Amino acid sequence: MKKKLKKFLRGGAAALAALMLAHAALAKEAAPLAEDPAVEQRMVKITEELRCLVCQNESLAGSQADLAKDLREEVRGLIKAGKSDDEVREFLVSRYGDFVLYRPQVKPVTYLLWGGPFLLLIAGIVALVRYLRRRNRQLTETPLSEEERQRAEALLKDNRP
Amino acid sequence: MIPELGHFALLLSLFVALVMGILPLAGAQLCQHRWMALARPATTAAFLLIAFSFGCLTWAFYVSDFSVLYVASNSNTQLPTMYRLSAVWGGHEGSLLLWVLMLAGWSLAVAVFSRQLPEAMVARVLGVLGLVLAGLLAFVVFTSNPFDRILPPPAEGRSLNPLLQDPGLVYHPPMLYMGYVGFSVAFAFAIAALIAGQLDAAWARWSRPWTTAAWIFLTLGITLGSWWSYNELGWGGWWFWDPVENASFMPWLVGTALIHSLAVTEKRGSFKNWTVLLAIAAFSLSLLGTFLVRSGVLTSVHAFATDPRRGIFILILLAIVVGSSLMLFAARAPKVSLGGAFALVSRETFLLVNNVLLLVTCGAVLLGTLYPLIVDAFGLGKISVGPPYFNAVFVPIMLPVLALVAIGPVARWKHDDLKTILGRLWPAAIVAAAAGIALPWLAGGWNGAVGLGLALAGWIGAALVSQTADRLKKPGAPTASWWGMQLAHFGLAAFVVGVTLVSNYQEERDVRMEPGDTVMVGGYTFKFLGVREADGPNYRASVGSVELSRDGKTLGTLYPEKRDYGLGSMPMTEAAIDVGFTRDLYVSLGEPLTADRENGAWAVRVYFKPFVVWIWGGCLLMALGGLLAAADRRYRLRVKRTLPAPAGATA
Amino acid sequence: MNRFTWPLIIFVALVGLLAVGLNLNPREVPSPLIGKPAPDFKVAQLKNPEATFSPQEMRGKVWLLNVWASWCVSCREEHPVIVEYARKGLLPPVVGLDYKDKREDGLAWLSRFGDPYLLSAFDADGRVGIDYGVYGVPETYLIDKAGVIRFKQIGPITPEVMEKKILPLVKELDK
Repeated sequence: MKKKLKKFLRGGAAALAALMLAHAALAKEAAPLAEDPAVEQRMVKITEELRCLVCQNESLAGSQADLAKDLREEVRGLIKAGKSDDEVREFLVSRYGDFVLYRPQVKPVTYLLWGGPFLLLIAGIVALVRYLRRRNRQLTETPLSEEERQRAEALLKDNRP
Repeated sequence: MIPELGHFALLLSLFVALVMGILPLAGAQLCQHRWMALARPATTAAFLLIAFSFGCLTWAFYVSDFSVLYVASNSNTQLPTMYRLSAVWGGHEGSLLLWVLMLAGWSLAVAVFSRQLPEAMVARVLGVLGLVLAGLLAFVVFTSNPFDRILPPPAEGRSLNPLLQDPGLVYHPPMLYMGYVGFSVAFAFAIAALIAGQLDAAWARWSRPWTTAAWIFLTLGITLGSWWSYNELGWGGWWFWDPVENASFMPWLVGTALIHSLAVTEKRGSFKNWTVLLAIAAFSLSLLGTFLVRSGVLTSVHAFATDPRRGIFILILLAIVVGSSLMLFAARAPKVSLGGAFALVSRETFLLVNNVLLLVTCGAVLLGTLYPLIVDAFGLGKISVGPPYFNAVFVPIMLPVLALVAIGPVARWKHDDLKTILGRLWPAAIVAAAAGIALPWLAGGWNGAVGLGLALAGWIGAALVSQTADRLKKPGAPTASWWGMQLAHFGLAAFVVGVTLVSNYQEERDVRMEPGDTVMVGGYTFKFLGVREADGPNYRASVGSVELSRDGKTLGTLYPEKRDYGLGSMPMTEAAIDVGFTRDLYVSLGEPLTADRENGAWAVRVYFKPFVVWIWGGCLLMALGGLLAAADRRYRLRVKRTLPAPAGATA
Repeated sequence: MNRFTWPLIIFVALVGLLAVGLNLNPREVPSPLIGKPAPDFKVAQLKNPEATFSPQEMRGKVWLLNVWASWCVSCREEHPVIVEYARKGLLPPVVGLDYKDKREDGLAWLSRFGDPYLLSAFDADGRVGIDYGVYGVPETYLIDKAGVIRFKQIGPITPEVMEKKILPLVKELDK
């Protein structure tokens, strides 16, 4: 979060400086494409995490589709109108559904999605510990047979260069 | 005529694959030496037939035979020869034929390089490969015949998707498929060993170089795909967590786990069941990936045009191949011996933890990839799971993996203690702390993410150096596979550096540029010189010229392009990149902003991407490390020494 | 049954899921607007630029809002179906929404392929489309007497969709 904020601030400041330079040096320093770099930054940040419905595999920020351009313009308008990021997202979700969110909202349907990896991790660790314990028990109960020991020795010797 | 010959060869190869799949396996069970002896000639025949068939299809593309439906839908006369030839695998049918060709190729390689293996083992391995081959050939023949004719033939073919008209198409799919399909060999060895009840160190030793070889190809394939999208999509992204990318990444994760687990099984005889399961899983995930891409259950940039019959066929194939393997596993695994004992603190344990983490990562990626499908299947609506989710989940699980990369190789087999390990690692810890604290300051401002990333990279790198120094002090030169491991781990550290720096210090600027305008990004000056119109072989291009300079010194000129392939396709962005060891300068041309294209203003996007090549460089080092490991002498000199071993190996 | 059976069990569950998944269409995104009041708007009509149209005017009627455009290829596939059903008098009033089009192109298109519409509203900049969550023309909304969206067809209406989905629902809503 902090990282993004910092990047955002730095980007905004740099863009502003560029804008001022552009005025000073007349057609030497290229002007930022966006009228308002701060709005643009926020727009990109929001639309990067939204899915374009036309091509479905690009973000709204990256898509060249007509609808994506219109929606980016719409988002710019909403930002200028003083809407918060959540309100902008809500605007799109109410029209196109949860499908547009690349970062699924945390709600009952997605509990398993968000919790799943950590459940898997816990299950993995539990299974690992149980396995190591059982293995130790079994190995102490049935020590290596003579034949196995010889083979293991041979293999080990084998591996020494 | 030639397409019919190709089709006939394909039908014949299906028959041969059935022979190759059934007789040697039956022969091995019934001790019929003649049947077993069929394995090698059948494999050779299957390969030659499929190669011939593939050649026929390639010929149809070369001469633009539009009476073949598949050629007409994926190529046209305007297409440059290079793309016309690689368009063979630009669509579903042809790429599946490539898949099958690769499978036959791997099988042939096993047949050729397995002279030292026991007869029954060879028969079983080739038999399993034959059955898989037959299943996929049936898929091609019955649902996806690339030789179908279209009457009357159209005068001109439809074009190949402009996105695919890139050198990436020439290299990326073949490499990726080589990797995907290559895991079939590890799979076949595992199944053969399960059937024979001979899960032992010899089996691990035999399958190791094959697994590593497949892993190298998969690593290269994924790397090339990533490099391709970096170049092609115009905004310099290198990984998108697209379902199809995930489909190739999951076998890679499991394959990586498998390589590590095989090391334990070969050296210490432990984790046999686990290794077998991983070998089955790696190939199953390759098949699952094929299903996901070709059935249309998920939307993806890579998805092929879909046909429900194909989805059903491949799902049934998946169910048979993987289901029967897992049944066999469930039946045989309980009887497998445990192998060498090891203490809680030992290299074995660290490798096991690494395996668990890699598998958890794979499980998380699978969950995220399939979750939209799960939600939809239960009628709970449509959702998307995209990069923000995967990044949020992937990074935290990867952090301990990175920490372990330094520890595992330092720990001893069988038994070690934490104190000694820490004793060996304290220099690395100091380097890591220094790298995490000092380097970000030098690089342009400290933040937690950069600190952590660089600390981990420093940790891995320093541990490698000190371990190498220790090892070289000992008598005897280290083996090639030891060097391979070091190199691959070093590649991982480089990869981490690249990812960390580019995702935190990248700078970008969207500007309106008229000829003569300049923009400063990352300390470099980009001067826009204008745009000229040019004709490519099958497109019109607007070629921009952007002069690079730094501190008044001119460094060169970049030529970003905007290409229009006509036929109502979207204009394609060809970014121009000045690649450097410590930074890439990346320029992509946007839309013209004035009516005058040549002298007017254009939207231009400029990026400064520090250390971004380290991402692919790191992956290449990993692949190179794999190559060293696979080329280790001991895999070639094993003949006499291990032959007596398999007797009575099942305990 | 032992612990080595678990991979098989997990795999069987996965195959079951994928089998169900085969029968779903991942590209079809259901509209969150179903069951919600149709968004209001007021835009000029296509044929008569001075006159406007607003969904308010359709209160008390069951009606269809069909989004089309002259540049849209699959609209040509759909249009004859609507023309045919409208000619037979089987349809409730259909209002067209000419989406992101040029007026003369839209008019030419109608005179060429027939005009089954009560009227066509003209959504030049696509703002109405955004409010209705249009993402792939053609799209069609079935709106009830209270002005609530009851059904949305994404993509062309086929005779099958007409017979199996739209007409039965119209009949039910008309009661």
